[in-house]
Amino acid sequence: MADTLTQTPGPLVGAGYRHDSAHLHVAGKASYIDDEPEAPGLLHLAFGVSSEARARIVDMDLSAVRAAPGVVAVYTAADIPHANDVSPVAGDDRLLADGEVVWLGQPVFLVAATSRRAARQAARLGKIAYQRQDPILTVAQARAEQSLIEPTQRMARGDANAALAAAPYRLAGHLAMGGQDHFYLEGQIALARPLEDGQVHVLSSTQHPSEVQHLVAHMLGLSSADVTVEVRRMGGAFGGKESQAALYAAAAALVVYHTDRPAKFRADRDDDMVQTGKRHDFLVDYDVGFDADGRIEGLRLGLASRCGATVDLSPAINDRAMFHADNAYFLPAVEIVSERLKTNMVSATAFRGFGGPQGMLAIERVMDAIAGHLGLDPLAVRVANLYGPGRDVTPYGMTVADNIAPELIARLREDGDYEARQAAVARFNAENAIFKKGLALTPVKFGISFTTTHLNQAGALLHVYADGSIQINHGGTEMGQGLYTKVAQVVAQAFGVGLEQVRITATRTDKVPNTSATAASSGADLNGMAALNAAQTIRARLAEFCARTFGGAAEDVVFAGGQVRAGGEAMPWPVLCRRAHMARISLSSTGYYATPDLHYDRDAHQGQPFYYFAYGAALAEVVIDTLTGEHRVLAADILHDCGQSLNPAIDKGQIEGGFIQGQGWLTSEELVWDDAGKLLTHAPSTYKIPTANDRPDRLTVTLWNGTNHRPTIHRSKAVGEPPFMLANAVFSALGAAVMACNPAAGWPTLDAPATPERLLAAVARQRGGVS
Amino acid sequence: MALRFVCDGELVELDGVAPGDTVLDFLRGRPGKTGTKEGCGEGDCGACTVLVGTPVPGADRLDWRAVNACIQFLPMLHGKAVLTVDGLGEGLNALQQTMACNGASQCGFCTPGFVMSLQGRAMGAVGCDLPVGDVLAGNLCRCTGYGPLLEAGAQHPPAGRDDAPLLAMLRGATGPACGHATLPDGRTARWFIPDNADALATLLAQYPGARIVAGATDVGLWVTKKLVDLETVIFVGDVPELGIIEDGAEGVTLGGAVRYADAHAALARLSTELGELVRRLGGLQVRNAGTVGGNIANGSPIGDGPPALIALGATLTLRSVRGRRTMPLEQFFIAYGQQDRAADEFVESVFVPRPGGQDVVHISKLSKRFDSDISAVCGAFRLTVEQGTITAARIAFGGMAATPRRAAQAEAVLTGAPFTAETMATAAEAIRADFAPLSDVRGSAAYRLEAAGNLVWRLWHQAQGQAVRVQEVAHG
Repeated sequence: MADTLTQTPGPLVGAGYRHDSAHLHVAGKASYIDDEPEAPGLLHLAFGVSSEARARIVDMDLSAVRAAPGVVAVYTAADIPHANDVSPVAGDDRLLADGEVVWLGQPVFLVAATSRRAARQAARLGKIAYQRQDPILTVAQARAEQSLIEPTQRMARGDANAALAAAPYRLAGHLAMGGQDHFYLEGQIALARPLEDGQVHVLSSTQHPSEVQHLVAHMLGLSSADVTVEVRRMGGAFGGKESQAALYAAAAALVVYHTDRPAKFRADRDDDMVQTGKRHDFLVDYDVGFDADGRIEGLRLGLASRCGATVDLSPAINDRAMFHADNAYFLPAVEIVSERLKTNMVSATAFRGFGGPQGMLAIERVMDAIAGHLGLDPLAVRVANLYGPGRDVTPYGMTVADNIAPELIARLREDGDYEARQAAVARFNAENAIFKKGLALTPVKFGISFTTTHLNQAGALLHVYADGSIQINHGGTEMGQGLYTKVAQVVAQAFGVGLEQVRITATRTDKVPNTSATAASSGADLNGMAALNAAQTIRARLAEFCARTFGGAAEDVVFAGGQVRAGGEAMPWPVLCRRAHMARISLSSTGYYATPDLHYDRDAHQGQPFYYFAYGAALAEVVIDTLTGEHRVLAADILHDCGQSLNPAIDKGQIEGGFIQGQGWLTSEELVWDDAGKLLTHAPSTYKIPTANDRPDRLTVTLWNGTNHRPTIHRSKAVGEPPFMLANAVFSALGAAVMACNPAAGWPTLDAPATPERLLAAVARQRGGVS
Repeated sequence: MALRFVCDGELVELDGVAPGDTVLDFLRGRPGKTGTKEGCGEGDCGACTVLVGTPVPGADRLDWRAVNACIQFLPMLHGKAVLTVDGLGEGLNALQQTMACNGASQCGFCTPGFVMSLQGRAMGAVGCDLPVGDVLAGNLCRCTGYGPLLEAGAQHPPAGRDDAPLLAMLRGATGPACGHATLPDGRTARWFIPDNADALATLLAQYPGARIVAGATDVGLWVTKKLVDLETVIFVGDVPELGIIEDGAEGVTLGGAVRYADAHAALARLSTELGELVRRLGGLQVRNAGTVGGNIANGSPIGDGPPALIALGATLTLRSVRGRRTMPLEQFFIAYGQQDRAADEFVESVFVPRPGGQDVVHISKLSKRFDSDISAVCGAFRLTVEQGTITAARIAFGGMAATPRRAAQAEAVLTGAPFTAETMATAAEAIRADFAPLSDVRGSAAYRLEAAGNLVWRLWHQAQGQAVRVQEVAHG
């Protein structure tokens, strides 16, 4: 029965249902944490923050803060009853600085006041004396001081140096790529409330309720059972609320602990952008050897990232960069060296793709550089390097068993009219001095699973009520990606009832314990399976009850169309539920799932960290203005693999949104820090995510008509992160447009984001003959 | 005297309102009005978009416009109607139904703002004739990639609306107003809404330290980001004499409180280049609130409007109880943060001369993002070309100095020179010699100089009839 369910999409699964909250979103009736009615006595919070990037705190005078209108209390590290720790793994993120500050903007003290404005005003009145040290900010500074969050990692196969020496062609280069702010529209927020007997309830806009629960408990010296964390929905997250939400939740819980009053921390946008981590910026160095067809024989790849002041999730993020430095290409002899630099900046954190985009952009640049060097079509070089028979093992020793990249690329090449459009672009470029166009087709192969193996587990709690209505709860969180809808579809289909029978409920740590973050694109894979497992348990009980009551075999009972048919009887679903309840059949069950077949030896960087790969490809056309460096993305055609999609409408939304977000990362979104380590781009006035007019005039999204070779939930594939990297096609197309200014100079050294300034400088170098 | 307005069909009368109290905080503090969200608190994301309807004198309709509630002050609603997502009625209207079904929302947090921008367009609000992408350029969505939102807009074009019930409610609620409140530190904060220019001049003479607020798109951020508690504010946005638009043969006269959205058509008729600049000046919500006069009076070193107006030869008229004085616009900007305005003066009007048939006008704004961004460089040119010779040249730049400034050397090089490519090459270098810009988050000094000079070439190519903007290039 399980196998049937996981393999055959039914009338619900695979249908394009709208987001479960869409009717509430458009009416303004979807409730976010700040929309909760404010309880009497509610306190509002704000942090006083460090004005230095690296310093000892010599003295703190908070008398003006305490005396400010509306202030009820001010707390410092000394007021934390147990662990001053809001970190996901390493124990090194402080809720409030204790004696030293390690980045500019770091929370030092916490103000609780009767209004949000009063708290924010008072928080600026603290007088902190520092003994300043020179901060470590740049890659060069961190390298010079060997400032690392963990030892440099090396992933290798074969003898890269020998292969490089023996290769007919050899090319070295570098690529810098910037970080990215999540810019979730709902900023960080938590609302904590005291419960009886010292317990705490926290509403947190978090992707990881269990982690918030554990950190709050540990901070206060409580047990996990004393703390309940709840999240119905987030107003966007994108990885930025995987570990970063804990800071605000812990602050609110600390105030509850001391005051026994409810406390809300809603971070102002500017404060949020200063105080929370972003995508890692990377500096890539490559040295590649290849043959006359552009096929790689040997590669040395350096991936250096600025991780910020603490460990956060940087080890796993940088690991994923290494895992995706092959993208869809076979690297016969390869050495990938990954430096994880510790800098006095806000700790870089998870962001959609989790290091994958950076690793993947690196190898795409290598492909382009080879093509530029040999004068070949970049797509020909890409195709020559794809995984294939006899060339199907990744640098980390995993066999690529589901390689659909060659056929997927071939389809997009044909449907997107690649050859004719390249010819048209060449004609355009020959006729235009000011404008240059570029066209590029790049693939995506993204590994699905948490690379930290134990995280690949999930739980669900399913109740069927005697009236036939169903409540589903699971450990996954809803951040707009449609997870709740997909899981509801799975549950409804398992019982053969309509979606309206299923009530989706807020994620709570008191319903499903010990959950993993909703991250790594795994939400539907893990929680969908856990929910299905719970549904199967109840369904088996009902089938057995039917067989016993109406005759026939339990496995012959059919649940479909709101009816249950057994032994010649047919009855509406609610009738069966009522009868089962009267017959004392349990209609409630937990469900559980753990992804099989995963193993990884991190010391050797060898193993099978992924259950499967999700694929996609994009064909992008751009134009640049060689006078100003401005550009536009003119068209994008996307072909993406969701296996057997659970919900094509939701998946297309993820694909389009991911692509545009990736386009922003690579074009207009630029983070700028000054020499003191201060972030200068901390608001939408200075940090520019794409607007509606940045969407290409033509943007087509087609789902690859395929399946998953693994028995995932209804043979679907994860879709959260992979489409982000489809935007690599935009970046390659921009490179192609710059190269068109002087093809003899080879592929340009264009860094990301490709702002007008970077593009104009690249054009000047290209025309000067120095790419 | 009390502040009176209609909120989602309900008449509201308030006392004890401080001038810096925001519309968003007012809404979110009311039961059932939390549909309007705060995304950024600075008017850049549009999550707090609401519609404000102002009675049109002599007409039986309201002038509806989308604004960012986070940087609108509550007294600015006096005598008006505000419509929020929570006031759209029971059930879902046709626009909302489209958006609920076509994937226009994912996380849902920006959605109410998009609903209100598109609702405004469907109601025929100011700017409804713009392409949907321009109507939405002041609304940020991080989830969808905008496709379904653009589609929803296309499916619900502008249509009429019966404002009679609201007008009836507002009858008697308009007119001058003032109010005061006690600030948290014990000071008394006051605000005034004069209903004519004489009253405004008198108030300014009486309170020379008062802050003049027109659209609040700048002062709003003092309150939400700098956390300033405004003390004495005179709201001038609805002073009738400051709202005039005279589109005459000689040029366009704009009252000091004419909002960019309202000036857009007249300025576009004056010069399509100027129209294109205004299209990209803020999002629609910002242009619906922000005024040409305010953009001048706040003295921004970038000030997207002023460089273009200076190049076109605009003059500025200031007024006080002492009388009027008129000056070339560039003379108003003395130094960074310093303008030629006495404490009791206000911007009465701006006059922008109409370029003649022999004038070549080019205006370019360079920024990291096309829409709703602040320039790294804004360059504006008006060259008068007679029989192949440049007889007059006015060039002004924003983002290149501490104030919007003319390019004197380039103007000298061009004046009297033939309108040729050789002259352009000389002018480009002259522009680079004219300025010593700073490096900041919007661009380096090197980029600013290089690109500013290149704009001469853009002008040249445009004058040859070539396409010069990437927006003019199609795919395929």
